[in-house]
Formats: sequence, structure tokens, C-alpha cells
Amino acid sequence: MSIETREARQPWILLSPALTSILLLLIVPLMFIVVYSFWLRTATGADQVGFYLDNWAEVLTDEFYRDILLQTLWIALVTTGVCALMGYPAAYFIARSKGNKAIMLLLLMLPFWISYIIRTMSWINILGVSGAFNSVLISIGIIDEPLQLLYNQVTVILGLVHFLLPFMILNIYVSLEDIDINLEDAACSLGASRWQTFLEVTLPLSLPGLAAGGLLCFVLGAGTYITPVILGGPRDAMFANLVFEAIITQLDWPLGSVLSLVLIAVLGSIVLVYNRFLGMRQLMKGLA
Amino acid sequence: MGWHLIRFSTILVYLFMFLPVAVVVLLSFNANQFGSFPITGFSFRWFIELAENEAIIRAFKTSLLLGFLTAIISTTLGVLASLALVRYKVPGSNFISTLLIAPILVPEVVLAVALLLFLNFLSVHKSFFMLLMGHVIFTLPFVVLVVQARLMGIRRDVEEAAMSLGATPIQTFFQITLPLLAPAVFAGMLFAFTISFDDITGTLFWKPGGVETVPTQIFAMLRNSISPEINALGSVMIFFTVGVPLLGAAIARRIANKQSQ
Repeated sequence: MSIETREARQPWILLSPALTSILLLLIVPLMFIVVYSFWLRTATGADQVGFYLDNWAEVLTDEFYRDILLQTLWIALVTTGVCALMGYPAAYFIARSKGNKAIMLLLLMLPFWISYIIRTMSWINILGVSGAFNSVLISIGIIDEPLQLLYNQVTVILGLVHFLLPFMILNIYVSLEDIDINLEDAACSLGASRWQTFLEVTLPLSLPGLAAGGLLCFVLGAGTYITPVILGGPRDAMFANLVFEAIITQLDWPLGSVLSLVLIAVLGSIVLVYNRFLGMRQLMKGLA
Repeated sequence: MGWHLIRFSTILVYLFMFLPVAVVVLLSFNANQFGSFPITGFSFRWFIELAENEAIIRAFKTSLLLGFLTAIISTTLGVLASLALVRYKVPGSNFISTLLIAPILVPEVVLAVALLLFLNFLSVHKSFFMLLMGHVIFTLPFVVLVVQARLMGIRRDVEEAAMSLGATPIQTFFQITLPLLAPAVFAGMLFAFTISFDDITGTLFWKPGGVETVPTQIFAMLRNSISPEINALGSVMIFFTVGVPLLGAAIARRIANKQSQ
């Protein structure tokens, strides 16, 4: 074997364990559930192999599934909007402040290290019947009976915002840092007010970061399983809850496959549209 | 004026992010037997009860073992793949990069379902092994991203110098590349460990009956109601996932400093 062919082979030897894993544990399984979605659940428990359209017909025609899909997208959309409104000023402050950026960024990363379930359940301590909020209101005499604040759509969105806000801030921050500060100075010296400069120079230039953060918040939010279970009421189920219900509780794996594929198709097409217009590079910048 | 408003809203955002978590830690030291307000005194009793709770200890051991094995396997795969991508001109490297980070792009629930159904079809049933496979596959992209970023910073000429002085490629790898790589390997392992230790959605799909990790144990306990023990467990978790990486980062920095001296 010549040296050249050995050189050419080396990277593939290094890559093969990782690529094989991805192929066997992700790509093939995804193709497998496409096949599985056409099988049929039978009363005996063994799934009937074949080509049945029953599950697809059920999911695509039943209003129940459509409503929960719409509710899921709505919750994700509102969450993304709130994250953008709360995250933008904070990202702007970190990018433009003369204080200790490293500390502010480290603090921003810290939530990623704190368990997701702890952060979600922490809101029960705040908003629960004997939580901080009710205790304060009762002790200063505004209310006599604790308010029932938890277990509704608002608290689900609150939990999701709490979870996703750092992703949004980091992405906006990265794009704000990329802006040449001279552009803002030039706008100011040409007579634009600070507000005009922001609206016509800074904001448009930071839109890629805002879009990348928005995509992450939306896709991660719409795929959530835990938050609605802990902070939502019985009517606040999201699409991932249906998947769990079908697979783990009802053991209806063909139906669960269809639901999974619907979820990945909806979210995947959003990612594709994003990729078509903005490309994945900005997203990678924010992730790394 | 506007700047003050921005500063004020930033402070509010940080409070929003950290206050609820701070309350968990605060309440874990609260003597009140319902694990909620009012604060009635300082106490370690919930931590003591935690240490005596066998289910929780078992969950902790499972989580630690799972996180540790995940970190080793995932980092090995990730470092090898990153080396190939950074060091060699690989045809189709863009496509390969996308493949390697694909597990992030797929919603975790879908990844969990696909792996469960496929492995089950191969007669691999819900087990610790399935949990491990699952954790490896969804930590891999994060390891690849972190390690790649670190690898870019290592200069190629040091290796070339070793080779031109007569070291074999294998000698060069173990004596030059690997020591320089150590911080990247370490960062990748920490990252994989933390993500694995924290995971709940996939774990709920893959875990066999009776096996719990710390997050699924908390999840099961939350079904009843919030108890002071959960807050104490939360505090311990925060120590593990925040304290340990910070400590790790400090150690990594010392190693790096030593090397540069």
C-alpha cells in the first residue's frame, strides 16, 4: 500500500466509530420508525407487520391531534417572542457594557449546568400554594387565601422561557459582538439619534443572531416533554406528551411512530426554511 | 436614561434566571417540615434524610456510572472524529459535520422513540445498555463541537517538528498531540458527563422498570408533591453540575498554565 492511500485512509479510520454510531443509533432508527408507522397494533400485543395506513389516517384526520399540534406551536411561538423581548436588552447590555463581560457571560452559561428538572420545579417553590409569592402576599395582608397560580398554560410558557432564555441571549450577543462599532459611531456623527442608530443600524445587523436564537427557542420549546407535565394542567399537554403517552403508557408503538414523524416533519420543515434563507453558520456560532 | 433602563432590565433578567434556583437552595436548609415557606430555622436534616434514602442513593450511583461511561465513550468517538475533521482534508466534510451534530437537530423525544423501537426490534430491550447507547448518541454532537473548537487552537508545526526529528506518527500522537489535546478531551468529558447526568426525556423512554437516575427519581417524587427532600436533592445536584465543572475548569487551567511554562 502506498503512503498516499494510507494517508487518505487515516481520517476515515478516525471517523468511522463516530459515523457508525450515528448511522446505527440515529439514522437507521429514524428510517425504521418510518416503516414501523405503517404497522398495526393488535390486541395480542404483537404488532402486525404490513402496510397499513390506519395510524396515519387517524393522526392526520382526528381534530384532537391537530389541536394539540396547534397548541404546541402556539406555546413555542409565545415562548420565543417573550425570550426575544426579554433577551434582547440583556444581550445588548452585555455586548455594549464596559463592565466585566466574562463574569456576565459565565453567569449566563451557568443555567446550562443546572439541572433542567430542578430549574423547572423551582417555580413550584415560587408560585405554589405555599410558595414564596403567596407567602409574601398573605403576610402583608393583600390576600387571605393562597392564589392558585400554577398548572396552566402561562406557567408552562414561564417554565419554557426560564429554560430557553440563555440560548436567546447568547445568540443575540454573538451577533451584536460581530457588529463593527464604527458603523454606529458613523451613524451618530452623521446626525442620527441614538434611537435611530439602533433601529436603522444595530437592530438590522443583529437580526441573524435574533433569528438563530428564535429558531433554537422555538424548536426546543415545541419538542418539550417535561415542562408541561410539571408546570401545566391536564389540558396543557404538548405534542411530545402525546408521543410519550402512545409509546410508554398505551404501548401503541405504530401510533407513537406516526406522532414522532409528524413532530419531526413539522419542526424539520421549520429548520429547512430557516436554513434556506439564513444558513446554519450563525446557529453553529451560537452553539459553540 | 435609555441605558439605565437597559441595565435595570438586564438585572431583572438575571434575577429571573437565578432567583428560583436560589430559593431551592434556601429551602433545602429550611427546618419547616413541608419544604416550603415560611422559613422556620436552619437545618441539615433534609440532607441527612437524603443520605439515608436508599432509592436516592441508588439513583445517584446509576447516574454517576452512566455519566462516567457516557463521557468516556462519547469523548473517545468525538475526539477521533474531530481529529479527522480538523487535521485532514476529508471529502464531504461539511456533510459529515452535519451528520455528527444531527442528534441535536432531532427533537429528543423523536430520537428516544426511534432508538427504543429499533433496538427493541434487534431484541435489545430497555436496559442500562440502551440508556448508555442513547446517552452516547445525544452527547456526541456537543463533544464534537467543544473538541473541534479546542483543536483548532493547537498548532500543527509542533507535531511536524517531532516527526522531522524522527518520531513515528504513533509516538508523536502519544507524546505530543495527546498532552496538547488533554484540555479538549477533559472539556469534552465534562460536557458529556453533565449532559448525561442532567438528561430526563430520553432516559424516561430507555430506562428499564425499577432503574432510576437522579432526574427521573426527582420526577417520580414530584408526582406526589414537592417535599423538602426534593429541594435538598436539588441543592446536591446543583453542587454536582455547577461545582464540579467549575472545579474541573480550574484544574484544566492549572494544567494548561503548567504546560505553557
